[in-house]
Amino acid sequence: MDKTKFVYVTYIRTTPEKVFEALTKGELTRQYWMHDNVSDWKVGSPWKHVDKASAQVRIVGEVLESAPPRRLVISWASPADAASKHKHSRVAFDIERVEDMVRLTVTHDELEAGSEMERGITNGWPRVLSSLKSFLETGKPLNVFAGKEKR
Amino acid sequence: MHIITATDTDKVFKALADASRRKLLDLLYATNGQTLGELAEHLDMTRQAVTQHLSLLEEANLVATSWRGREKLHYLNPVPLYEIYERWIAKFERSRLRALRDLKRRLEGERDG
Repeated sequence: MDKTKFVYVTYIRTTPEKVFEALTKGELTRQYWMHDNVSDWKVGSPWKHVDKASAQVRIVGEVLESAPPRRLVISWASPADAASKHKHSRVAFDIERVEDMVRLTVTHDELEAGSEMERGITNGWPRVLSSLKSFLETGKPLNVFAGKEKR
Repeated sequence: MHIITATDTDKVFKALADASRRKLLDLLYATNGQTLGELAEHLDMTRQAVTQHLSLLEEANLVATSWRGREKLHYLNPVPLYEIYERWIAKFERSRLRALRDLKRRLEGERDG
């Protein structure tokens, strides 16, 4: 089975600590991502991505690496594939200070090429990262699901 | 509205204002994670010229790179394009939709009246 990889980068005028917090605190993720990211963020712990509106769990996985505020690696699967480890993809967040900004790199790999998940994440990450940037810089997120209801 | 500094936006538009660089983005859209050599095969120019185009795209944050051993792989990073979409396109789409809604109301109002 072909696996594919995507790399997304955004520069945010903030601190690494704030970016790490914004990725791992449900009360923050719900504001710009419309989902709560829930976990204790310890290596080996489960994490889940819960739709704020419906309380449905959309993504599940495990914390693979955690080095706040520089790096977080999690596995990523739809709840239906929770037991099929070979279907889990992997997301690494790398957070580096670059002058007065933070470079956040999201590397999503081990993805099944051509899968529904690939379509979902390639559509999703640019929106989520733009919204995160806006949220941290201005306090206001973007409407990350704008346009989705049109389809 | 969220902040995109003028210089960041300028870099993106400048990077896009060249057919070869747009072709590089198209090539990465078709197959993400290519080496300089793989990309250069599709373009009628020297490797040095391709390197320069890629570094402009990287500076504009339209291309992200990642190492696989000694190979530098290039990935399409559409995040700045999404920000430009939000800033320059979605806004106008919304006002066009509003205009259509107003027109519809006016026409329906006339019919009712």
